[in-house]
Amino acid sequence: MSAPAPARAPLLEVRDLAVNFMGFDGVARAVDGVDLVVGEGETVGLVGESGCGKSVTALAVLRLIEPPGHIAHGSSVRLEGRDLLALGGKEIRAVRGNHVALVFQEPLSALNPVLKVGDQIAETIRAHEAVTRSTAHWRAVEMLAAVGIPDAERRAAAYPHQLSGGTRQRVLLAMALACRPKLLLADEPTTALDVTIQAEILELLDDLQKKLGMAVLLITHNLGIVAERTRRVYVMYAGQIVEEATTERLFARPAHPYTEGLLAAIPRLDVRRERLQAIPGQVPPATAWPPGCRFHPRCPYAWDKCRSEMPPLLPVGEGQRARCWLVNEPQRKGMK
Amino acid sequence: MNHPPLLDVRDLVTHFVRRVGLLGRRREVVQAVNGVSFAIAARETLGLVGESGCGKTTLARTILRLADRTSGEVRFDGQDVFALEPAALRRLRRRMQIVFQDPDGSLNPRLSIGRAVREGIEVHQLAAGADADARVEALLAEVGLPAGSAARYPHEFSGGQRQRAGIARALAVEPEFIVCDEPVSALDVSVQAQVLNLLVDLQARRGLSYLFISHDLAVIRHVAPRVAVMYLGRIVEHGPSDAIYERALHPYTQALLTAVPVPDPKTRRARVVLAGDPPSAVHPPAGCPFHPRCQHPGKNETCRAVRPELRELAPAHQVACHLADR
Repeated sequence: MSAPAPARAPLLEVRDLAVNFMGFDGVARAVDGVDLVVGEGETVGLVGESGCGKSVTALAVLRLIEPPGHIAHGSSVRLEGRDLLALGGKEIRAVRGNHVALVFQEPLSALNPVLKVGDQIAETIRAHEAVTRSTAHWRAVEMLAAVGIPDAERRAAAYPHQLSGGTRQRVLLAMALACRPKLLLADEPTTALDVTIQAEILELLDDLQKKLGMAVLLITHNLGIVAERTRRVYVMYAGQIVEEATTERLFARPAHPYTEGLLAAIPRLDVRRERLQAIPGQVPPATAWPPGCRFHPRCPYAWDKCRSEMPPLLPVGEGQRARCWLVNEPQRKGMK
Repeated sequence: MNHPPLLDVRDLVTHFVRRVGLLGRRREVVQAVNGVSFAIAARETLGLVGESGCGKTTLARTILRLADRTSGEVRFDGQDVFALEPAALRRLRRRMQIVFQDPDGSLNPRLSIGRAVREGIEVHQLAAGADADARVEALLAEVGLPAGSAARYPHEFSGGQRQRAGIARALAVEPEFIVCDEPVSALDVSVQAQVLNLLVDLQARRGLSYLFISHDLAVIRHVAPRVAVMYLGRIVEHGPSDAIYERALHPYTQALLTAVPVPDPKTRRARVVLAGDPPSAVHPPAGCPFHPRCQHPGKNETCRAVRPELRELAPAHQVACHLADR
């Protein structure tokens, strides 16, 4: 089994990332001390439920957090060693799209409704590279063909509303990949799509990744997608990474009770279960994370220590780490 | 089936006119439901699976007479739903309810949860005064909402709790049949399991029948012993879940099943990847509605010209495909 830490120098290195949002009911600590590494060419999963901070993490990498949110002091985001949080406005804009690209769940909101899709891609290319209008257009058409849109030249002249959901997501991928980024942040890229279309888009993403040699941080709530598409995975809960492991290891031997709970809660196609094991309770709001371990109110194994002391990410073995006291005191699990 | 079914849908067709283009000057006919038949017995669940635009929601709305049919028949407990007078229709509506994907669609943000649940009880004059209050409390407890929820408003609840309130609202009038239209699709995995378990428990306790609509095949497998697969307004495969999930006979069902990512990194399955988007229900293709995307190696002229009817290839297992064989 390969060690989870990437052998190559990390492409993206996030250390102690914290993002806070100021609101009427206090400070929402949406992301709270996230460490995350993506190696060159690697596909890494970032999995969690809504409100866990996974999308905010991606936005923070590109410094796209708008007030009332801000990235806290002491956070560090390095791309090939360069500190992105120290860059000026012009420099960070050069990184966006050029070195790191982002695709969202909802392609319609990311596309300009009154511009032809070909022109939108060409515009992105010209924002980053000194090429002529016609070269940019020609490259846009080429990208549309590369993402599997038939009759790309004609489709380049279409407006977003004239395209189906699947085709729009392909256009968005074409736009994201037009400048051949080294890292793609894909935030629920197929969640709004039907399963058959989702399968097409994920296959396409695999293909393009191999061809372009880029790394992908795949952000999703879908454990099936994580299992099929990633080699290594981070699980987020309540603003923190609660577990990291190789994908194989995570599914075979989840170390954090939250991961274990998620795996037991999903209805499966291949196994008919009499009853799903739900995780009791709700995700707490970001303005009021519980003290101690943030999962303790929903955890079947919690004891006193969990209620008062927040566990660090503890090594489990083979590069797996879990934010859970059970790692040190596994006998407690049997006591329940 | 020895008893007459609770719900009996025969050759149901629902077409509707949609205005498109600038200023809505152009009209087009959407053939949303195109000849659908099935039956649901008392205490039974039928799973209805299909992708967006296949007509599953229009089908549900037509059954509840929230949309007009073009032709065909819907019978509930022997009564012709479309022949009912307003008073009789109202009595029938008490017996058929719906739970939506987005509970906010059925909960008025300005009404407390208690008032929302109470509404149906009062409209159908099932109880009044303190008696009605007691019913509301009991219902909210039954769906697992904390005590004191009745006085609170929808925005004070999480998505999972709002869905529980939506279910309580549907149950308030003591229906026998509930259409569950993507009831857990907007919920997180951990909460989705809670709501699915609740629906299964309620069915057992109250003897409910469900038409359970979802795009999620895994969810359907979990709740429904019998499944109908819909594509472009028609049922293309219909049969026992175990048979379909273990050995689907229609190429579309096969593609759907292999497209679902399985949460186990050790499984690597052969995947049938479809090409292209589903065709529009305004201009459904001639012949088999699935033929333009079908990957069956034997696809031929007949598929392009003749629409296949459902035929029974195994016990209670029907498939609309010229090429399928057991």
